[in-house]
Amino acid sequence: MSGRSITEKILAAHAVEGRAVPGSIVTVRPDVVLLNDVSGPLAFEQFDAMGAERPFDPARIVLVADHFAPAPDVTAAGAIAMTRDFARRHGIAHFYEPGRGGIEHTLLAELGMVGHGSIVFGADSHTCTAGAFNALGIGFGSTDLAGALALGKLWMRVPDSIRVELHGAPGAYVTGKDVILELIRRIGSDGAADAALEFGGPGIAALGMDERMAVANMAVEAGADCCVFEGDAQSLADMQRRGMAPVEAVMPDADAAYRAVIRIDLCALAPMVARPPSPASGVAVGTLRGQRVDQVYVGNCSNGTMTDLRQVAAILRGRQVAPGVRMVVVPATQKIWRQAMAEGLLEVISAAGAAISTPTCGACFGGHMGILAAGETAIATTNRNYRGRMGHPDSQVFLSNAWVAAAAAVAGEICPPDEVMAMEVAA
Amino acid sequence: MSALLTGRVHRFGDEVNTDVILPGRYLALRKPEELGKHCLEGLDPDFIHRVRPGDILAVGRNFGCGSSREHAVIALKAAGVAGIVAVSAARIFFRNAVNLGLPVLLCAEAAASLREGEEASIDLDAMAIAQGGRDWTAAPLGAEVRAILAAGGLVPRVRQALGAAA
Ligand code: SF4
Repeated sequence: MSGRSITEKILAAHAVEGRAVPGSIVTVRPDVVLLNDVSGPLAFEQFDAMGAERPFDPARIVLVADHFAPAPDVTAAGAIAMTRDFARRHGIAHFYEPGRGGIEHTLLAELGMVGHGSIVFGADSHTCTAGAFNALGIGFGSTDLAGALALGKLWMRVPDSIRVELHGAPGAYVTGKDVILELIRRIGSDGAADAALEFGGPGIAALGMDERMAVANMAVEAGADCCVFEGDAQSLADMQRRGMAPVEAVMPDADAAYRAVIRIDLCALAPMVARPPSPASGVAVGTLRGQRVDQVYVGNCSNGTMTDLRQVAAILRGRQVAPGVRMVVVPATQKIWRQAMAEGLLEVISAAGAAISTPTCGACFGGHMGILAAGETAIATTNRNYRGRMGHPDSQVFLSNAWVAAAAAVAGEICPPDEVMAMEVAA
Repeated sequence: MSALLTGRVHRFGDEVNTDVILPGRYLALRKPEELGKHCLEGLDPDFIHRVRPGDILAVGRNFGCGSSREHAVIALKAAGVAGIVAVSAARIFFRNAVNLGLPVLLCAEAAASLREGEEASIDLDAMAIAQGGRDWTAAPLGAEVRAILAAGGLVPRVRQALGAAA
């Protein structure tokens, strides 16, 4: 018998059956269940329709108003009210709204509820972000999560594992975002269907936790069920920083069976830009030099972290957002917003002529706070650029890391960040 | 859900994602009749005027990829779509569809061959798809999926489970 992957080990530890062989159906008990103001209200209605009286464990449920928060209209306010009521009715302490919360996946990372070996079930496809922490985050729809709220468990098929080996260290302006855009470019938007992406190898040491989140976040854009990084000294220190008891990382057996092993040399990567309308259509930034943009958006659950805001500020310091371009910057959580303020980043970014929003999903999914008009083009640090994702069906979105997005804001068009950094800075 | 479906076919390509099935700006809505009005609006604003109750979609690879929004399934059902024949479907969409009783049959040949605008039929017991004298058999469903469909969706299935526990 061959050894086991990280995914198999974590699932087996949470499976009612006590084992998790790829392809088999298991019933899994998650450590945390996560819902938002879009998926939550549907789930709460289904929860009631199921005849459930109370959720399995209020202490392990996290409810976040992030998609339509702060509420742009009465309908959205009603959905947030339903979420707040569900929390109140069932004694769920982990309910977050503007001023205290942020975007659910980034916020969850701050709460100290997810670390080595954990499983999160989220009613959101980007729940896979938890993979950064040597944990499994698995996305579901609302009715599935209503079932999870009621029963504390859900069935699932154990995915195959695909090993992604990272080697070397990235050059300037190359980040975790570029690693995942390169991977999706290679394997396609369903290249990891029915599989877990497992990241390991010496190169992961070059990626900080924020960058690992950016990688894990977009596993679903490759069609993966989930994603998981090997644990290391960084992920252990991160758990301790968030007040979690240190638990050993879950590592793969040397003879684990993989559907495929993919090698990425970080030193060979350039900053990438994914062209609309697919996250799989990445090219090196230089290829798109001169592509005009109307809006630059830095934020979302993949790239709204301190790491990203520091990159934006480094580009914008002493420079200005180009005339005719608008820039919207959205720190992913309240905590990040406050730290960015304390570090002076918000001053630099706003002095350059960018708008800074309170944490929200907002325009990322075309909800509010930065929607695109017909014919407009944006470059965004978000994770999806499907047709009409950020607004009108005839608008388009390019995806990139925060260096590249901020460089485009200054140049008014897509431009390699090193060229913008070489431009003179106002005294 | 009845085992025999008959309806006209509407064809769409690969990677029809949930953002185009139900654009994000409508996500604060929950009522099926409100969501149904915007079904596939991001891809084909005219679809809602062509579709009739009972119609069938024939689609390509990775149908329903992207966001986990169950609103996409609710919108398709409310618009009248009764069944989907796909080359492949994204995991979360497939589960959502099963949970709400919208059958998704995986059959690359049928998905490629079904003709636009003509009537086709689906026999869910046999997983058979037929149109104009030609027929195909879709991939079998797993036991858990069959159990959910047999119960009439996940809500009645969990009701049963909670009843059994009480
Ligand atoms: S930021 Fe965008 S991708 Fe992330 S959870 Fe919010 S809507 Fe989804």
